[in-house]
Amino acid sequence: MYCSRIWAKIPQAMCLAIPVRIVSIDGDEAETDIGGVRRRVSIAFTPEARVGDYVLLHTGYAITVVDEAEAEETLKLLEEIASLSEVH
Amino acid sequence: MKFIDEYQDNRLARGLARRIAQHSTKTVRLMEFCGGHTHAILRYGIRQLVPRTVDLRSGPGCPVCVTASADLDKAIALAKLPGVIITTFGDMIRVPGSYSSLQKAKAEGADIRVVYSTLDAVEIAKANPGNSVIFIGIGFETTAPTIAASILRAQQDKIDNFYVVSLNKLTPPVMKALLDSGEVKLDGIVCPGHVSVIIGSHPYEFIPRDYGVACVVSGFEPLDILLCIDKLVEQIERSEPKVEIAYPRGVKPEGNKKARQLMEDVFEIGEANWRGIGIVPESGLKIRGKYEQFDADKAFSVRLKPPKEPKGCRCGDVIRGAATPLECQLFKKVCTPESPVGPCMVSSEGACAAYYQYGATEDLWGS
Repeated sequence: MYCSRIWAKIPQAMCLAIPVRIVSIDGDEAETDIGGVRRRVSIAFTPEARVGDYVLLHTGYAITVVDEAEAEETLKLLEEIASLSEVH
Repeated sequence: MKFIDEYQDNRLARGLARRIAQHSTKTVRLMEFCGGHTHAILRYGIRQLVPRTVDLRSGPGCPVCVTASADLDKAIALAKLPGVIITTFGDMIRVPGSYSSLQKAKAEGADIRVVYSTLDAVEIAKANPGNSVIFIGIGFETTAPTIAASILRAQQDKIDNFYVVSLNKLTPPVMKALLDSGEVKLDGIVCPGHVSVIIGSHPYEFIPRDYGVACVVSGFEPLDILLCIDKLVEQIERSEPKVEIAYPRGVKPEGNKKARQLMEDVFEIGEANWRGIGIVPESGLKIRGKYEQFDADKAFSVRLKPPKEPKGCRCGDVIRGAATPLECQLFKKVCTPESPVGPCMVSSEGACAAYYQYGATEDLWGS
């Protein structure tokens, strides 16, 4: 289904959801890219998803659009924590 | 891969670990509800990164593990009916029921197929109009909308040979049941990230309010989990328990309304039977009357012998967080991933499988 190179990076679990990028949209289905591998997924739960968005893919369904601004904020916070905790 | 690699950064992980160590003075017990978190915690060595003041306990968030023996027995009995094709997610196949497993039934000739998506099960029904295709619907709120969508798809495509055994379970009611029992004293809960994608963070608000237990929603990468632990420790140190989201790129407080709408259209809330916990009221999802043509419980009837639990297996205690896998006498001796006695050793989300796979030792993980 997916190549083992990709699966090897991700713990397998039923509540697993992985970020995949939308390449094209056809109704409530989308073609997505997962580290170079293509897969059709349902976007019935994320009608707001657009081409170029990352969505979290769970058992064939996009369950949410990844919030890229929040993702950057979190990384900024982690950088701050790393530099602050070094000072002490 | 984007949104994965950057949350596995070693330097940032050490920064978070230092901060947790600087803040943590009280001994705290946290429960990671989700088995996916248990696996990530062991896989990435998070136990080794956080101070000994932080105790991490695995909870009931493993759909395969919490499936009651009686429900497994029913799935196996259904598989033996003539003309039936059973479809299910991979882990279910190897879980021992009271007398057999789906894998054994398959070896004996039953038609049992592993699917990746509920839509694959609908496709199998379409391709096999002469058979009854039954999907064994396990999972929490993450998966329930996808099962609802499969029923809606079958209705839309006028497929009359697709059925679902709804074993879906709900997270907040079982958290309440665990807290009410008082068996395991908890200071904080690492709330499940992908369940929360669907339900949002509001449904946990009763936990800090009524039980004084901190709740932080976490993603599944090591930095997500460390950030969650940091927030939990901070809340507990300040004695200000509340609900926070440490996974804002995936989880919004209101959750995914569209997915919930579909789920609420197809399912109604009912009791559910949890392995190791028993019947918990309002913790399961049943198929509504208007979709009863897809309800396997209405369409098929099987006779079952009384269920029994594997002798000596402490999976039930592990599910409640009352014991760690290391406290089970069968762990690593009789019970291994190759020859599992209970579901916690089978499932890729099971605590015993995680403890085994990543070599948890008494010095780090003992109670």
